[in-house]
Amino acid sequence: MKVLVPVKRVIDYNVKIRVKPDGSGVETQNVKMSMNPFDEISIEEAVRMKEKGVAEEVIAVSMGPQQCQETLRTALAMGADRGIHVKTDDVLEPLAVAKMLKAIAEKEQPQMIIVGKQAIDDDCNQTGQMTAALLGWSQATFASVIELGEGTAKVTREIDGGLETVDIKLPAVVTSDLRLNEPRYASLPNIMKAKKKPIEEMDPASLGVDTTPRVKTLKVSEPPKRQGGVKVESVQELVSKLVNEAKVI
Amino acid sequence: MSDYNAPIDEMLFVMEEVAGLGDLVQMERFGELSPELVAAVLEEAGKLAGGVVAPLNRQGDVEGARLENGVVRTPTGFREAYRQFVEGGWNGVPFPVEHGGQGLPWLVSTALSEMWASANLSFSLCPLLTQGAIDLLQAHGSEAQKEMFLPRMISGEWTGTMNLTEPQAGSDVGALRTRAERNGDHYLIRGQKIFITYGEHDFTDNIIHMVLARTPDAPPGIRGISLFVVPKVLVESDGRLGARNDVRVASLEHKLGIHASPTCVMSYGDDTGAVGYLIGEEGRGIEYMFTMMNNARLGVGLEGVAIAERAYQQAVAFARERIQGRDALSGDEAPVPIIRHPDVRRMLLSIRADTEATRALAYYVAAAMDRARGAQSDVERQRWQQRVDLLIPVVKAFSTDVGVDAASTALQVHGGMGFIEETGAAQHYRDARIAPIYEGTNGIQALDLLGRKTLRDKGAALQALIAEIEVDASAGIGSGNPHIRTIHERLGEAATALARAGRSLIERRQGADVLAGATPFLRLVGLATTGWLLGRGAVAAARLLDEGGDKQALFEAKLQTARFYAEQRLVMAEPLSRVVADAGATVADFAEEYF
Repeated sequence: MKVLVPVKRVIDYNVKIRVKPDGSGVETQNVKMSMNPFDEISIEEAVRMKEKGVAEEVIAVSMGPQQCQETLRTALAMGADRGIHVKTDDVLEPLAVAKMLKAIAEKEQPQMIIVGKQAIDDDCNQTGQMTAALLGWSQATFASVIELGEGTAKVTREIDGGLETVDIKLPAVVTSDLRLNEPRYASLPNIMKAKKKPIEEMDPASLGVDTTPRVKTLKVSEPPKRQGGVKVESVQELVSKLVNEAKVI
Repeated sequence: MSDYNAPIDEMLFVMEEVAGLGDLVQMERFGELSPELVAAVLEEAGKLAGGVVAPLNRQGDVEGARLENGVVRTPTGFREAYRQFVEGGWNGVPFPVEHGGQGLPWLVSTALSEMWASANLSFSLCPLLTQGAIDLLQAHGSEAQKEMFLPRMISGEWTGTMNLTEPQAGSDVGALRTRAERNGDHYLIRGQKIFITYGEHDFTDNIIHMVLARTPDAPPGIRGISLFVVPKVLVESDGRLGARNDVRVASLEHKLGIHASPTCVMSYGDDTGAVGYLIGEEGRGIEYMFTMMNNARLGVGLEGVAIAERAYQQAVAFARERIQGRDALSGDEAPVPIIRHPDVRRMLLSIRADTEATRALAYYVAAAMDRARGAQSDVERQRWQQRVDLLIPVVKAFSTDVGVDAASTALQVHGGMGFIEETGAAQHYRDARIAPIYEGTNGIQALDLLGRKTLRDKGAALQALIAEIEVDASAGIGSGNPHIRTIHERLGEAATALARAGRSLIERRQGADVLAGATPFLRLVGLATTGWLLGRGAVAAARLLDEGGDKQALFEAKLQTARFYAEQRLVMAEPLSRVVADAGATVADFAEEYF
């Protein structure tokens, strides 16, 4: 079977995010960019499926500007077989991404799409769910274990109260959670080989998708600075402050 | 614990704009290599260095390598990190593809080595020594020896060591006494070697020792020394591991720094004699050693760059967070991070400038090695080889001195906290201190630069370098950019000072006063050359700034750092040239009994 994995280019998780002075967004100039960590986990899972012989091909997809090809190369160096780059300088919202994933899935016919549960830049946590809905496929989100059966998959999900195991029919969309696996470091020979793997370029129009944003961003601002705390003398005083000042109980 | 983030943009900048990566990727033997591919390689290596190797640095320092019942245990996590390092294919970067290497330029390998050394100097020494042993076998081993050892050393399945030093034979390696007696198709080695880095460890099943020893009828001094390969475990003809050889670790040294790297006293032939195989011919051991010397000295020079980078990152992080004192200029009452204080900035910028300067030098020399090897004509090859030979002692000594200074200044930025071990700044200072000592002390490097590299050819190689510096200095002085102009004015003065010092040494030629000037002379060559290369980078940065693009901050910083270096460091060239020319006599005349 084929496995499709979308990979998003985001600000590196080590970078301290700065808001642009005009409040229109966050600073991305001169900022180190990397693959969304949850997408690394998705690639790792797909490559392991291939190594176990249950997947034949792993296709990585990235959507965005030219530099997304670097992110795709990382995926190829980790073991994906080929890449698809949907090239656009537009701002992409989850719905647009899901529509384009649907178009690509219809063409490529994968049995599984493994999507990171969220991207660490906008934390939307929507793309996987929307993609499954648009395709009419089963979905299992926040996966910490994926076991493949015959035309089915058993997925352990991380939910608030603990773990939930679901059986789903393939084709399906699975979103990866942090504990699904620990992604590998690409080896030097594989980095060299990745250069020779093909990356197919396309654009949103060729997929028939209108990427116009549906959501308008009014303002982006830093979280409020933490106010200095006070020391309380007694439990009574603490409770009284919680009730009267903080109004949380 | 401090993080390490490989300075990939800076590394790529130096590789492309200073060292000439663009020329190297054109060379046929590097196939489809491109700057983009090099960037991808650095990116992924940086993840391994920062994510796996660097986090072990502090724990390695605390735990240290331990000797238990004849077995050396490396600190927690080191063995696993070595496995990941080797599985990733990072051990064989510069070696030929036909032996299982990656066939990449030394320039790329040098940038990667910097990362490993920055991340964890103790860890990085194991692959560095293996690399030296591979160089030797590759250049001088028989086909059978290459077949037996090379593939598994290049893959990292086995590691290598260098056995030169003995208690009475340090800088004077000709005084060594280890014996080698012919015994059929091999030799039996008996003797003791000290300061053997990773002479014993738990990373691999086998360790391949390169050992210098004397045959019974050999003449005294260095002409009587031969080179042998002595495996820890003997290798059968079918490649399987056989009997344990008669070589063992006698003890581990307790050291100022690099605690995690096992520095071994090795005992050869306590029982029956250690089986060793002669490399090449008898009596040519030292000559063979010279073929790997340039690589090894570049590698150690790079350690200075690497530790300076690591110390810098830690000092900047601390200076941004440590709140102390008020802004001296604004008059604002609120306490500020110490990075606002001009003297702290001076310290940080000093480390940064010195790091960038020595990195430029090391990468330039690595690329010169690639250029010499890939040259199309003998004239071109000789030209680059001459440049490499001239600058190797400078890379080794100048950069490792910088490493110690930088680590010391970085510690100073921390104030009292720097003196506390938990902070981690002290470790860099202790670790940095070995680099000016081993692989030929910096004093030996200065004598090499003075004697073999300058006086022997009557200053021809030096003059060729100065001429190139002068051409660039003249061009830069005419620039409309005030940074570029200032940098090249200082550079022109430094070139004049260097030429004068060189002439003074060549005219006097010998005597204690000449020898006493060796170290200041090396420092002067280092200053002028690094100033030149930073100037080259500054010109590129100015051009790239004009062109626009998305790395404006990097280019702006490169330009300003180069100017800082010109104004605060290059100006020392003139006084240094006076030291070289005038001050040797006092050293020479001071009577021994007065000490």
